Amino acid sequence: MKTIIDATSLHYRHLNENLRKALAAGATDITVKGVRGQRYICAGFTAERPASLTIEGIPGNDLAAFMNAPLTIRVKGNTQDGVANTMNEGKIVIEGDAGDVSGYSMRGGKLFIGGNAGYRVGIHAKAYRDRAATVVVAGSAQDFFGEYMAGGIMAILGLDRLAGQPIVGSFCATGMHGGTIFIREHIDPRIVGKEAAISELSEGDWRELGVLLDEFATDLARDLSHLNKSEFIKIEPVSGRPYGRLYAY
Amino acid sequence: MTYVSEGRIASGCSVGAFIDRSGRAISGDVVVELMASMRDRATDLGAGYAGYGIYPDLKDFYALHIMYDSPTAQVRTEEMLRSRFAIKRDEVMPTRQVDSIHAAPLLRRYFVRPSHLALAESRLDEEDEFVRRTVMQINAGLEGAFVFSSGKNMGVFKGVGYPEEIAEFFRIGEYDAYCWIAHGRFPTNTPGWWGGAHPFSVLNWSIVHNGEISSYGINRRYLEMMGYRCTLMTDTEVMAYLVDLLVRRHGLPAYLACKVLAPPFWDEIDRMDEPDRQVYESLRIVYGSASVNGPFSIVCGYGRGMFGLNDRIKLRPMIAAEKGDMVYIASEESAIRAIEANPQRVWNPRGGEPVIAQLYEDVAV
Repeated sequence: MKTIIDATSLHYRHLNENLRKALAAGATDITVKGVRGQRYICAGFTAERPASLTIEGIPGNDLAAFMNAPLTIRVKGNTQDGVANTMNEGKIVIEGDAGDVSGYSMRGGKLFIGGNAGYRVGIHAKAYRDRAATVVVAGSAQDFFGEYMAGGIMAILGLDRLAGQPIVGSFCATGMHGGTIFIREHIDPRIVGKEAAISELSEGDWRELGVLLDEFATDLARDLSHLNKSEFIKIEPVSGRPYGRLYAY
Repeated sequence: MTYVSEGRIASGCSVGAFIDRSGRAISGDVVVELMASMRDRATDLGAGYAGYGIYPDLKDFYALHIMYDSPTAQVRTEEMLRSRFAIKRDEVMPTRQVDSIHAAPLLRRYFVRPSHLALAESRLDEEDEFVRRTVMQINAGLEGAFVFSSGKNMGVFKGVGYPEEIAEFFRIGEYDAYCWIAHGRFPTNTPGWWGGAHPFSVLNWSIVHNGEISSYGINRRYLEMMGYRCTLMTDTEVMAYLVDLLVRRHGLPAYLACKVLAPPFWDEIDRMDEPDRQVYESLRIVYGSASVNGPFSIVCGYGRGMFGLNDRIKLRPMIAAEKGDMVYIASEESAIRAIEANPQRVWNPRGGEPVIAQLYEDVAV
């Protein structure tokens, strides 16, 4: 059953009330039209049943923050800051660009970005038992990508870049102490934090990344069959507890 | 003056600005729509607007917008103005009654030119510097009087209230400008009072700011050595004076002035090729006390244009967009889309990398 919600001039509280009601009534395919900057859409949502949500327009900050629900949210345009902030479960597919601090402290679920990503994407992303934060960026990401990353998988593909646009900004993986970052370029090691090390992908890494890229390609209708293992590097932490001794005296 | 609102509301500042590079004048209603769409970022503790090109019939006169907290302050200030300026026009600022806006100060504006005699006596051959010094003297020395706008063919309108309410109060929709800069305030460290609302302005400079300046003490002492007085109880004030010092008085291009405010890191400078390395090293050495530390996203208007700038690690939001002759800068993309649904280009500027947009060279305003 298709449900359509018109968000024009709706404050985010009312928009979220409408969404909660629709989900409680069993809606599985919801389209929200006319979104323009409403913050906290689906923030803190819990739900038992899977459902898909399509957002038309520009959702405001903290889309799906703290979300803990099997919802798939597709954004037809760009998103602002803090998408999937501390998200525990769910999947966000952004057809355009994502703003700063997207995937901040994410603890599970997937964040697929079809365009470019801003500053501090996936900082302090985590993994625990069967959950792992998963972020894929089709284009490029700016500074502090994966800063203080504690777990999960993130990948940047560097597609469709303008001339001179770096695949990732400075301070990548600074303070990283868990998880894995894949980047489709042999980047200057000086932009990577000293707590992390760059290496080549193993066959196992490539298989794991391949599964993820297949899903990403399907969701964003992109052909990624031309990507190959030797283009990528892997970034992993040097130590699981880089600050273990810092405050111990 | 103690026009302070009580209480705290969890929020974040909003900045919004645009310019039509062809010089076409755009109604203030458009900038109000831009700001209204970010209402959740603002509070009732301060908002303001700067419009460029709003006084075309009086464009050769400095437009002094002054707030007074008593008739005495007004009498004393006007005595000083008469001794220094030829006053072309002197009027009450047009305002409208708005229920939510109270305790507004007395608001007047004066269109003036420095008198030949006063200019000669001051031994300054430059009118801008004469006006700047007079503004500083009034703001620091005349109790209860604040000049909050002193440029030509531009004006600042600001006070305590939400952006839409302040706009209604000052009848912003009745002005047309080729460049608008606006702010919704969430005061963090300093009181929300009429003079403390953004934009901060001196001469043609106006600045709106989202963030905090942790180098305020150093910047303020440096500016005091250069003859500036910081009196508005708000950190952003130093930015307006810094750009005045760097660009107007020291002649730096706007781009390099931005690189003084948000300098590259030393290790980035080490990696640069000559002559860039030498230029940036010199800037950091000469202007160390003018670099601004702390999170910021600012937009600065300067007569023929505007620039947006983030701190170098981008701790505050800023998005830019372009369509035809228009360039937009705002805290949120959704705000830009509120007034331009289909921009040709939308981008996230890098921290420390200014977005500069100005009138085309052949445009006269």
